[in-house]
Amino acid sequence: MIKTGVYTFLVCALMGVTAYAAFFIAPTEATMGLVQRIFYLHAPSGMTALSAFLVSCIGSVAYIFTRKPKWDWLAVSAAEVGIAFCTVVLLTGPIWAKPAWGVWWAWDARLTSTLVLWLLYVAFLILRTMIEDSDRRALVSAFFGVFTFLDVPLVYGSIWWWRTQHPQPVVFTSAGLEPTMRKVFYLSWLSLTCLMALLIRQRYELEESRNELQMLEQELEAN
Amino acid sequence: MRLFSNTAVLLQKELQAEFRSHELLTTASVFILIVIVLFSFTFDPTSAESRKFGPGLLWLAFLFSASLMLQPCFLKERTNDTLSALRLVVNDPFAIFLAKLCANTIFLLVTELLLLFVFAVFYNVGVIAVFPQLALVFFLGSMGVATTGTALSAISSQARMREVLLPLLLLPLLVPVLIPSTEATKALLEKEPVLRWDWLGILIAFDVVFLTALWLFGEYLLEE
Amino acid sequence: MSQRIARPVGLKFTNIEKRFGKLYALRRLDMEIGPGECVALTGRNGSGKTTLLRVGSRLTRPTRGEVAFPGLKESEAPAIGYVSHAVMLYDELTAQENLLLFARLLGIPEPINRIQSLLNGTNLASRAASLVRTFSRGMKQRLAIARALLQEPGLLLLDEPGTGLDTESTVWLVNTVRCLRDEGRTIVMCVHGESALSQLATRAARLDAGTLIADTRAGATFQNIFAAVEA
Repeated sequence: MIKTGVYTFLVCALMGVTAYAAFFIAPTEATMGLVQRIFYLHAPSGMTALSAFLVSCIGSVAYIFTRKPKWDWLAVSAAEVGIAFCTVVLLTGPIWAKPAWGVWWAWDARLTSTLVLWLLYVAFLILRTMIEDSDRRALVSAFFGVFTFLDVPLVYGSIWWWRTQHPQPVVFTSAGLEPTMRKVFYLSWLSLTCLMALLIRQRYELEESRNELQMLEQELEAN
Repeated sequence: MRLFSNTAVLLQKELQAEFRSHELLTTASVFILIVIVLFSFTFDPTSAESRKFGPGLLWLAFLFSASLMLQPCFLKERTNDTLSALRLVVNDPFAIFLAKLCANTIFLLVTELLLLFVFAVFYNVGVIAVFPQLALVFFLGSMGVATTGTALSAISSQARMREVLLPLLLLPLLVPVLIPSTEATKALLEKEPVLRWDWLGILIAFDVVFLTALWLFGEYLLEE
Repeated sequence: MSQRIARPVGLKFTNIEKRFGKLYALRRLDMEIGPGECVALTGRNGSGKTTLLRVGSRLTRPTRGEVAFPGLKESEAPAIGYVSHAVMLYDELTAQENLLLFARLLGIPEPINRIQSLLNGTNLASRAASLVRTFSRGMKQRLAIARALLQEPGLLLLDEPGTGLDTESTVWLVNTVRCLRDEGRTIVMCVHGESALSQLATRAARLDAGTLIADTRAGATFQNIFAAVEA
């Protein structure tokens, strides 16, 4: 495993390159102009959030079958990172929408789905705070984590179909990406995914340390 | 098969207990009624407006009511630790869930259909002609609510602040039930009613996914 | 209720550990109970007696270790009768309805006869059609024992069954447990101290902080085990 310091440096460098590419290499979009560049943060953040939630679900399923605490740590770490990326999507959305379409919020399919997802995973975290026993908390939240992830495609599907039935002019995709734009988009996705992995790892290590501390406390109490 | 016979026995117990006390049905019905009345103060209920906003308001009322009504589902099994008694004698713990979710579907459906008529009267919307189709939509929607609600009731009964927790967990999860149910209901209340199988398809998918998930993972929720 | 039963079942705990979050309820506990033994388990509050019984009844899954039932074939599920602090009965159903529910879930053929004989044996026949909500503590406890006996269990786990009982019910309880013991059923009962009930036991053991600290099988005396058990 690459040492954390080295990896952090690499991720920062990659993000620096991506930022440069997003501002200076990608061509300016015809209709929306400068503000469209936020797309290189907005869209990949959404995809990264979904990846993080997938990792969380894997952690949840693995915990249910193995009962090893490390899977619970992974589940909660990935969920928190996923919420962070969701928040980025929800903040960049209005920042893009206001100059481009004149409204802070439009109930666009993707943005609305992201909002619901954000609510679901925040509920997941709140559930965890309501159960004291660590094993019980891990099992119960693993179950809810699985339920929540199973809901994701249904949420996206139903909201997308609803929007298709009731279309509106605000659309957050940059349809028909020009080749350079597409390259920058993929670069951004790569760098955000690397950032996601870094953040999950940091959070996981924090949870691992917490657990170690708890074990030591228990041993102390026993003796 | 033992699973189905156990489910039938437990379902009979759930229905027997409820029809003896009427607690759940009464409170749920009155709650939905209150919500319907309160909604009437928030917009001008002409026939056209009612057809436009009514289905959404109706389904919101159903969801809020369900998130309150499903609370006691597993909580009441804690009073005398009857859940342990059931776990000792039942072969497959899924029978416990299946019985409760069937019972909850029935309770939800009964209150919803009852309040549908009240809604029809208050808001001047014709429902008799499309009643069977509406019943189908309500059934599929209620099953989705009952499946997830029963599972989450088992979760929230193990946590603190359970009265607030259940709605918090349940309502966002039910977005894929709210949207299709509302749209399908709306389509049936139009001047030219249409049964929207695309929306029903999403409801069926939701029901199948979560019933399967409950079947696979439910027993772990009942573990100690 | 006087013939010896066909299949007494033993209970074996191997290296049992049960943790609830930070709290250890049971720590590295090994104990073997032979078929037909009548064990009185004692210890202070919080010593792990209830948890041990729940692990034995398979209601609680141990964090580590295994529970086995010597005397039982591989694929067979043990018939366990469990009576706990909570009555484990539905208040909103009658005595008869409660027993019928559990009998049908167990798949007992012709449950009505079985239920009738149990209600007679527990002196509840006259209140069969009354809601359990209206029962006294003693009556509820008797019904709970009837429920535990529905499937003719080879193993009975009783958690402080005498708590809150009046004199009449206590006498009934002692006589009933004596009969069950004489029928050859394996009995493990948690008791709080020495009593008429504990005197029925053929073996006694004491738990403290989740471990087995004394056992008559290992040479301790009944007197030692029951001495200094405060509430």
